[in-house]
Amino acid sequence: MEIFPVLLIAIPLGGAFLIPILYKAWNRLAEIVAGLCLAAVLALSIYLAFFLVPGKPLVYLFGNWPVPLGIAFTVDRLSSFMLLVVSILVFFSYIFAIRYMDHFTGSGKFYTLYLLMLVGMNGVVMTGDLFNMFVFIEIASISSYALVAFGTEAEELEAGFKYMVMGEIASMMILLAIAFIYAATSTLNLADISRSFAAMDKTPGFWFVLILLMSGFSIKAALVPFHSWLPDAHPSAPAPISALLSGVFIKVLGVYAMARILFNVYGVSRASYPAVFNALLILGLASIIIASLLALYQKDYKRLLAYSSISQIGYIVLALGIGNEFALIGALAHILSHSLGKGLLFLTSGSVVYRVGERDITKFTGGLGKQMPWTSLSYNLGALSVAGMPPFLGFFSKLFIILGAVKAGFIVPAVVAGLFAVVTLGYLLKITNKVFWGKEGIKGIKESPFVMVFAMVSLVVLLVAGGAFFFWLKPHLLQPAADVLLKGTEYAEIVFRIGAGG
Amino acid sequence: MKGMTPIVKVVARIVGGFIFIYGCYIVLYGHLSPGGGFAGGAIIAACFILSRLAFGTTASQEKSASISSSIFESTGGLLFLLIALLGLFVGGYFFINLFPSFGTPGRLVSAGSIPFSNIAIGIKVAAAILSIFVVLASTKYIFKE
Repeated sequence: MEIFPVLLIAIPLGGAFLIPILYKAWNRLAEIVAGLCLAAVLALSIYLAFFLVPGKPLVYLFGNWPVPLGIAFTVDRLSSFMLLVVSILVFFSYIFAIRYMDHFTGSGKFYTLYLLMLVGMNGVVMTGDLFNMFVFIEIASISSYALVAFGTEAEELEAGFKYMVMGEIASMMILLAIAFIYAATSTLNLADISRSFAAMDKTPGFWFVLILLMSGFSIKAALVPFHSWLPDAHPSAPAPISALLSGVFIKVLGVYAMARILFNVYGVSRASYPAVFNALLILGLASIIIASLLALYQKDYKRLLAYSSISQIGYIVLALGIGNEFALIGALAHILSHSLGKGLLFLTSGSVVYRVGERDITKFTGGLGKQMPWTSLSYNLGALSVAGMPPFLGFFSKLFIILGAVKAGFIVPAVVAGLFAVVTLGYLLKITNKVFWGKEGIKGIKESPFVMVFAMVSLVVLLVAGGAFFFWLKPHLLQPAADVLLKGTEYAEIVFRIGAGG
Repeated sequence: MKGMTPIVKVVARIVGGFIFIYGCYIVLYGHLSPGGGFAGGAIIAACFILSRLAFGTTASQEKSASISSSIFESTGGLLFLLIALLGLFVGGYFFINLFPSFGTPGRLVSAGSIPFSNIAIGIKVAAAILSIFVVLASTKYIFKE
């Protein structure tokens, strides 16, 4: 188990470099190598997510340099939870992509970028070093810029360029903040920074750096004032990539990084610094309200889902802003349920595009559910889960967010969160109504190939199982992860205790 | 591309080799002086780009260059990963220095596995920058078709 963090980086990285050599010999080798790497990563993450002892993180020292000196990977229960979320969706999107990418050329390049994006996300989640985190953010971001523009049509290139400009502005903000932090504390290790911050005067400069970091991560997470790139970028990518970008990418690079730095490095809590948390609360509420209302007016299948992603990210950030135990469990559960649910919805959009070749829902006459029963079923069940209907996983995640809000005395956010769950259902059912329901469908359309259906149905099964076993998942998966955030700067003590010996 | 005037060709022929050797020097002395794999690799790539600009290329040459540079790029990445993994399997830690006490500090033969990492990075960066150039240059053949 000690070397798992290294393998989670080394396996996909090795696969990413092997594919450009191998796929020239035989095209399908790219898929085989990528599949083996992703299966290995999934197995390792499942093991870590359930068998890592809470409160005893793995601290892996690169080159055996003790903690404040070298780079250390720190895998605690929060990291292993995020690893699980990432690897599940990455694996099923890959299964979907095997057939979906028939439409495109250059499968070798696709899988190389795909694995590099996984390396970046795994790295962000596991690293215990601020600059290392920036490097992995850049690996993941740059692969995603190329993947958004993978179709190389005019619209996709434009979206990719816009995404790249916005993403780099965010990265530069983060880099500037890292430079300030390094100048002030002379260290880059997260645990060491946390110790220095605890002893530091809370000057305006101290908060300025936090604002820089928060703005950078908010752009990466596409919260409302910073969201303009997402509705262009996510629909332009191939469907498996849209699923990944909306499902896990914005959560890992935006929400996870934000939560880790706020709770564990800065060590702020709602009791000590309510202003920080009120800012998150307002960002979250704005995202929920504005993005939901914008989604109601969308005519493009994938663009509607992209706006929905912004609004659901709003729920997660709202829960972080509430900051008590219930809300944090809700936030983590929503990370899981939204990644499965929105990933599923984007995969169904890929299935429809694969057979019909059309994304504008005003051009559909309805009735596609007769010809594509599995896609239709998956879409409807996924939409119910994203909107938060029982018995799916999405219900419990929203329930816990609302319970947390009520418990902390935030009645208005709780009401808004409950009300906009209904709005969510409203705009998601718009697609059901226009595309899937109805009598007469488009002639000559049949169900998507087996592997694509398999990927979608597997995600549906996971959503239903997550709902059914939620009260088993809560103590085994969500509670230990939420505890990491609740314990705050104790993170630094644990990392030093395990890693400083060398 | 037809290539440039004879003046450019003659000068490129003279300086090309020197640029290549200088790039290798920067890579190999990366653990002792400023520079290293990235800077040296960029200089080596500059040597190849110079000769391609000065003497010109055909569409088929662009294609073969893009294939070989992508293979070299992956090889460089794999070599770097291999050095890190050797540290894991031989020394017990990812990225550990395999022979820290080999050679005299300050001389060329020193610093353990760092020079080898520099060479791997040099190969990767040189091939990557060359392949960026080749891709940009070959777009004009794609648009002609």
